[in-house]
Amino acid sequence: MYSVYQRRRLINRVIMGFCIAAAAFGIAWLLLILWSLVVKGGAALSLSVFTERTQMNGGGLGNAILGSLIMTALGTLFGSIIGVAAGTWLAEYGGKSRLASAIRFINDVLLSAPSIIVGLFIYAVVVLQTGHFSGWAGALSLTVIIIPVVIRATEDMLLLVPNTLREAAAALGAHRWWVVTRVCYAGARAGIVTGILLGCARISGETAPLLFTSLNSNQWNFFDLNSEMPNLPMTLYQNMTINSFIPRQVELAWAGALLLTVAILLLNIVARVVSRQRG
Amino acid sequence: MLSMTTSTTSDARHLLGASDNELSALKRNGFIDRLFETTTRLFALFVLLLLGAILASLVVSGWPALQTFGLDFFTIDRWAANIEKFGALPAVYGTLITSLIAIVIAVPVSFGIAIFLTEKCPVMLRRPLGITVELLAGVPSIIYGMWGVEVLAPFLQSHFPTLFPAGTGLATAGLILAVMIIPFITAITRDVMVTVPPIMRESAYGLGCTTWEVVRSVIFPSVRGGLVGGVILGLGRALGETMAVTFVIGNNLFFHATLTGQGTSIAALIANQFPEADGIQRSALLALGLLLFVITFIVLAIARLMLNRYDRKSA
Repeated sequence: MYSVYQRRRLINRVIMGFCIAAAAFGIAWLLLILWSLVVKGGAALSLSVFTERTQMNGGGLGNAILGSLIMTALGTLFGSIIGVAAGTWLAEYGGKSRLASAIRFINDVLLSAPSIIVGLFIYAVVVLQTGHFSGWAGALSLTVIIIPVVIRATEDMLLLVPNTLREAAAALGAHRWWVVTRVCYAGARAGIVTGILLGCARISGETAPLLFTSLNSNQWNFFDLNSEMPNLPMTLYQNMTINSFIPRQVELAWAGALLLTVAILLLNIVARVVSRQRG
Repeated sequence: MLSMTTSTTSDARHLLGASDNELSALKRNGFIDRLFETTTRLFALFVLLLLGAILASLVVSGWPALQTFGLDFFTIDRWAANIEKFGALPAVYGTLITSLIAIVIAVPVSFGIAIFLTEKCPVMLRRPLGITVELLAGVPSIIYGMWGVEVLAPFLQSHFPTLFPAGTGLATAGLILAVMIIPFITAITRDVMVTVPPIMRESAYGLGCTTWEVVRSVIFPSVRGGLVGGVILGLGRALGETMAVTFVIGNNLFFHATLTGQGTSIAALIANQFPEADGIQRSALLALGLLLFVITFIVLAIARLMLNRYDRKSA
């Protein structure tokens, strides 16, 4: 006997089947990409990848890795200072005022703004004015990208600190700045560090903003931030496009891609571990 | 929020019976209080300044091109540096079409994964799968681009030569974009779906609804704005994506109303030509950047307005 119940059950089965298929489809892409990375990147990994500089023939990625570390570290440092301060104001002083709401909204939009626009902006403001590409310009463009991430994390985490803690500190005679820096920061520290680590993971893989700011170079660059700075994402890009006719460069690009992805996944995992330690 | 005013300290000094030392400590702390608030406010205002500076710098440096070409800038159907003819149409078309393809593929898949994660998935697997989705969202876009040009494009070319004669093209770029934004949309969809109170879910199951009926008639209607917001946020990502697209879009600077042929997008065009550009060409590329920024700003603003009602933690 055909009943409405059977039909409903059938529809449910079909759609749940689709959902499981969708999940399998999504996971399959991830596995395919990771598999390519491990197979192609793992084959090209060797000690010389870390110790030698990039060259037209052979060589390694050492200078690119160093340059990326320097610029990412600087970007994270500047971005954390600006982001934590701005996030503090939004959470502790801004409240629901119109100015704070406007800043919050703009920040949310900047959070997902295209990174290539940031590259163009720093090019127009820094590179055109100074007349040359530089590591500073690259670090600044990364700073602009990480700021919204840190602001958002700082504000969210400070808002999680119960108001009773602030009131208790104030009742004991503590001044506002003392309450914020000693009580609120202590409670939100793990969350803010998580936000900074996630932001750091995000900017370490950014390529588009470096295209016209730090450019790339095949020389070692030890902290000379006024000249072009070698970096890993740009090296991957160039090796896969203009140098893709050289098989060794493509192999190196895959090795670099594997290193970059592993580093970013590790940063993400560390960030999650830190955030779980929060009482 | 807490309200402590510093002015009471000076009025009430004789009432406190404080010593000179205590009074100077009060004064010092009051000064630090004001300094702390002013400094942090300046940093917060920096965000507004940043947006203003980005807009201003793009307008100023793109102005020469906009002035030279006027409205033709948006209708000329080719981008040719050699004859100094710059039209945004091929790039705008490529940007919109690739993002549209990405959304059409990504939305059903993401909703499917989100429904699976929140309704069907065994509790044991829920957390690891959720984390996997979030990690996938963290993979840098250049990895997707490299994988697209080295693995996906040759595969499409050899297995579907009629649809993808060159392997690369608008459809390939759309496919890669879809893979990239699936984790974003999934994460947001899951986050807004779990905001539905369990009691609503349980009441519906108690009435004898199937899982699909619960999702369609109870969960989706109560978080509709969040779902749409998440999809639009994914669209915003797709519109501005550079590296994943540049590798596989084909970089054809002529306008063809095609889905699978080769084309270009705004971001890809900028990434390809900007390093060697000069004069009016550079200005035209910056004007393109301004156009992209305005489009994504509007799209992202709409997404945020729709998502703001839900947990700010999502996305």
